[in-house]
This record gives sequence, structure tokens and C-alpha cells, in this order.
Amino acid sequence: MSFYLAFKEMWRNKGRFFLFSLVIALITILVLFIAALAQGLALANKEYIEKLNADLIVFQEKVELSTSTSRVGLDKLNNLRRVPGVADVGPIGFSSGSLVFADGQEALDVALVGVQPGKPGMPPVYNGNSFRSDRGYYAVLDGSIASRNEVKVGDEITIKTIVGSEDKFYQFQVVGVTDGRQYLYQPSVFMPLQTWEKIRPQASIEGQNQSDLVSNVMAIKLTDPENWEAMAKTIESQVSGIEVVDRKTAYQSSPGYSAQQSTLNTQQGFTLLIGILVIGGFFQIQTLQKVPQIGMLKAIGANNKIVALTVIMQIILVTFIGVALGSIGTFLLTLGLPGSVPITLTGSTAILTIATLLLIGPIGGLVSVRLAIKVEPLTALGM
Amino acid sequence: MEPILRTDAVTKIFETGTLIVRAVDQVSFEIQPGEFVALVGPSGSGKTTMLAMLAGLLNATEGEIHIDGHELGKMSEQEKTRFRREKIGFTFQANNLIPYLTALENVELMLRLNSTNSKFCREEAKKLLGRLGLSDRLNNLPKQLSGGQQQRVAIARALIHDPSLVLADEPTASLDTERAYQVVQIFSELIHEQKRAGIMVTHDLRMTQYVDRVIQMVDGKIYQIIDDRAEIDAMAAGGRFETAKKVEEKELKGGVMGALNPGLAPVRG
Repeated sequence: MSFYLAFKEMWRNKGRFFLFSLVIALITILVLFIAALAQGLALANKEYIEKLNADLIVFQEKVELSTSTSRVGLDKLNNLRRVPGVADVGPIGFSSGSLVFADGQEALDVALVGVQPGKPGMPPVYNGNSFRSDRGYYAVLDGSIASRNEVKVGDEITIKTIVGSEDKFYQFQVVGVTDGRQYLYQPSVFMPLQTWEKIRPQASIEGQNQSDLVSNVMAIKLTDPENWEAMAKTIESQVSGIEVVDRKTAYQSSPGYSAQQSTLNTQQGFTLLIGILVIGGFFQIQTLQKVPQIGMLKAIGANNKIVALTVIMQIILVTFIGVALGSIGTFLLTLGLPGSVPITLTGSTAILTIATLLLIGPIGGLVSVRLAIKVEPLTALGM
Repeated sequence: MEPILRTDAVTKIFETGTLIVRAVDQVSFEIQPGEFVALVGPSGSGKTTMLAMLAGLLNATEGEIHIDGHELGKMSEQEKTRFRREKIGFTFQANNLIPYLTALENVELMLRLNSTNSKFCREEAKKLLGRLGLSDRLNNLPKQLSGGQQQRVAIARALIHDPSLVLADEPTASLDTERAYQVVQIFSELIHEQKRAGIMVTHDLRMTQYVDRVIQMVDGKIYQIIDDRAEIDAMAAGGRFETAKKVEEKELKGGVMGALNPGLAPVRG
């Protein structure tokens, strides 16, 4: 009965209800877009660290877990390896450079990541091979560079870095391609640590010396990853001058990560709140306009359950149509966006966001349901 | 024969602060199956309050209302709602129909509410609307119907679910004279044919020509019950009864305070 009334009213007032579904669709697009942006930006920031084949990350102490400030000398490598419970340790160096293309394509800013082959920090290679030694101009590319710029295994690439005030160009051979491994909003180019040390941007060419070789951080693989908290403390106590954290703490400490995520989450929250108010307002006005009608229905024997369910079903239907339209709209919109826009929406986040959006209808409509239940037939009919 | 409706000393008292109003005062009457009764009286005489109590929309302060052997006062609100849906047909002055349902759907609504929307019942709804001259308007929305047609749809809805008692609150209030006559005439025919008990609250004494009995209320009390055909016809023809005249004069002089406060008749002293 309730579905019959709800559906008939919507069908006979298609224009009004469709327009309202469109408003919900726009809110959905906005919310999903913000969610995708938040996730995309977070991913662009943390992807490499999050996927790292390590349980703990070692930073220099008192650098507030900043990878760019942190310097962990290779002399610490052996000390770390000797700590019981540590399965393997790999140094990682981060710097930035650009990928220069011969065919006039715009240079692509990339993260240059120096790693040791076979050690924690070295990403899995899905196409081609990993580099085998700690030296040589061999590179493993982030999957997104390979797909976006049509670079394949065996190709030569040119990497530009700035040393002092000079542009320096280096030729690398692509030996392998990994999956998406962005670091600080840039796709990564992995190379042997010693090569990385040679080409990384520095204040001047002077002073480069093999004995100075440092990495920014070290990735540690544990024999018992479950016990990471205790192990972090143990390692800190046995090796001086370092701070050990898990991957999550490491990426959450990256510059602007928390501020950015909380800003986007607040925006998303406010958009949802606006959605609740808009839906609440619409259905409240609609219910107020229908007071005599609801009064008449009650007078001829419709109970509160029928009246309330009718309102609830309309809210659910309108919200569902709006959210469905909005989700399709968002999908189409993302297809048209350039790959450089950091939009990522994984299944779980999309489902969670859509479920929240579907909930805002009933939450917003609660007032109207209460209003409909409270209608007194005598007053409504002016008897 | 058992009456369909029996009221025993029904009283309704409204209390607003220090003001106590006896809107309906010790009203008793019976209505037999197939009997159509008009409830008339000046504004504030208590007839609409009486109708609301008969429909179970308002509880009587004192007295008993029996419909089809069931006492309304003993029912819970939920039971009354179900009773209204099953045993009572109702038409109102305005806002009678659901605007987004067609004429046929508005009539079927009662069947759906009672979960009796079978193909046979739907055919019955079509027949009834045909009987009311609306065969070609079955799929029209209320806004596409005239006031008279809307009232006829409301009558069909009030009768389709086989109610024992049919209540009509000023069914002709928004109609012109010709349409008003048509509507009440057909209402009366159907009530007589289907052996239901019908009560019509009206201001328009001309409409009483179609009823079997007139109950006249003044100040919440039954002033008189007229069942003499000649007397009723005289009243309907516009020839005022002595009694009606007196009541109107009394109202004009302000004797009936309810005129200033429609629906309520205050008690002084």
C-alpha cells in the first residue's frame, strides 16, 4: 500500500521528483569527487611507502620523520642487520628529477628512488627484470609512467637533475616496470642506490665522495612482523641516532598529509550535512503541503504505519535514484579527466561513500516522517 | 430490526483554560439500515463534532456510540482506525481525493487499504463510478474533474468497501445548486439501495428532500427530529419551518454564541 502510494505520487509528479533526484545526484558527484580526490592525493603521497615490502622504517632521529631531512648513513646498516628479529634491511634514498622525452613531450617530474636490488625498498618488477648490481644506469619504472608515456622495457630514458645551478642529463636503460609506486605526488624511477647518489641533485658538484654515502631512510623486514611495536623499541635502543616507525606512521608524517586529508574529510562531511539539510527541507515542505491529504487518508482508515512508510519509501527511492545518477555521473566524469588529476576511488571507499550518501536521505527525511505521523485528521480537514 | 448506529446520551466537553464548552450535549438517536439522515443546525450547533465522534476521530466525553454492534468508546486508537477503514465510508467538504491518483485509483484506494483489491472488486469500482456517471472519467486525475465529479468519486470511494455507516460532511458545500442536487440524490439512492446507514451534515436545507429524517441540533442538543415527509419536503422546498425560523432568528440576535465560534457552543452560567 505504502509503495503503491509512494510510487504513484512520484510517477505522476515525475518532473518534481526527478529534479530533486538531480540535486541529490549533484551532491553525490561532489561527495564522491572529494572522496576520490582525498584518496587520490593520499595515494599519490603514500603509495610507495604504503606498498613497501618492509615492516619498519628507520629515520634519523629528531627530524620529525621527514624523509627529505632524514639522513641514515650506510654505517648503520650492519648494526641494524645484527639486531635479533631483523630479517633484512634496505637503504632508500629519495630525490627528485625529471624525465625528458626526445619527441618534444613535456618533461615529467619524477621521484628518483635509490634502492639496493633484492633488499627491502626494491619494488617487485612485473615486466622485465630488476637491476642486479648496486651500480649502473639501469632503471625500474613506476607503472604509471610506463602506461602514460608509452615507455617500455629496453627503452633508453633521459633523466635530468640539477646539480648546483646546472642541468645534468643522464641516460638510463629501462630494465623493468613495477606497478603504481608514487612518492610525494610524483611517479617513481627506481635505480641502484650508488647511481642515485651520483645523480641526485646537490648544492654543488664538489664534495661527492663514496664514503659519504647516505640514504634517507632504511626499510626493515622483520622475522615476526606481528611484533613490530616491540621491535621498533628494541632497534631504537640498540642503534643510536635513529627513530623507528611503522609504514602508516611514516606516510602520515609526510609533509601536509594530515592537514590535507583532514581538510578534504571536513569538506566531505559538510557536503553530506548539506545533503541531509536539502533532503530534509524538501520533504518537510512537501509533507507540509500534503497535510490535508494525509489527514484525509487517516480519516478514511490509513494508519500511521502506511503514512510513514509512504514518506520513507519516497525518500529512499529519490535518494537511490539520485545517488545512482550521481555515481554514474562521477564515473563518466573521471573517464574524461586527464591522468594527471589525482583521482582514485577504490571499491571499498566508493561503497562506503555511497552507503553514507544513501543514509543521508532517511536521516534528512526523519523530520518529515515525524510530521506526517503527527498530522491530526480533524485539524487537517478543518473539521 | 437492529439499528446500524445507536448513540446513547453522547456528550462532548471541550475545556480551554477556564472556558468549558459542551459542544455536544446528551445526544441520542438511532439509524436503521437503508436510512439516510440529515444532521442540520446553525454554525456551532455541534453537528460536525457529532460527526467526528461517529467517525471515531474524536472521543466522546460521556455516552456511548454503537456502530454495527461495536462500541467505539471501548476501542483503542488502532482498532478505531481499522474500524473506520472497514465499516465506515466518509466524504468531506474538500480535499476529498488524492491528487495523484485517478478517479478509479481513488476509489480502489479503499479496497487497497482493506486488502480486498481483487479483479472483481476493481470491476465493482468501475461499475459504481459508471453508475455515478463517470465511466468516461475513470482515468482522469482529480484536477481534470469538476467539483461535482470529484464529489461523486468521493461518494464511490465511501461506498465501495461495503461500509455499514456512511458519513458525509457538507458534501455540497463547494458545488453549485444543480450539481449539489445531483450529488445528494445519487448518494441517497445508493444508501437506500445498498441498505446502509447514511448521515449527511449540511447547512443547505434544500438537500433534505432526499433524506428520510432530519435531526436538527442547536447548542449541542437535539432540537428536534423530523420524520414527517411533508414537513421535510416543506423545509427542503424553502418553506421555512417555524422551528427553523426561530433558530435562525436566535442566531441573528447572537443567542447562539457558537456562531461566533464555529463548531463550539458555549454554555453560560
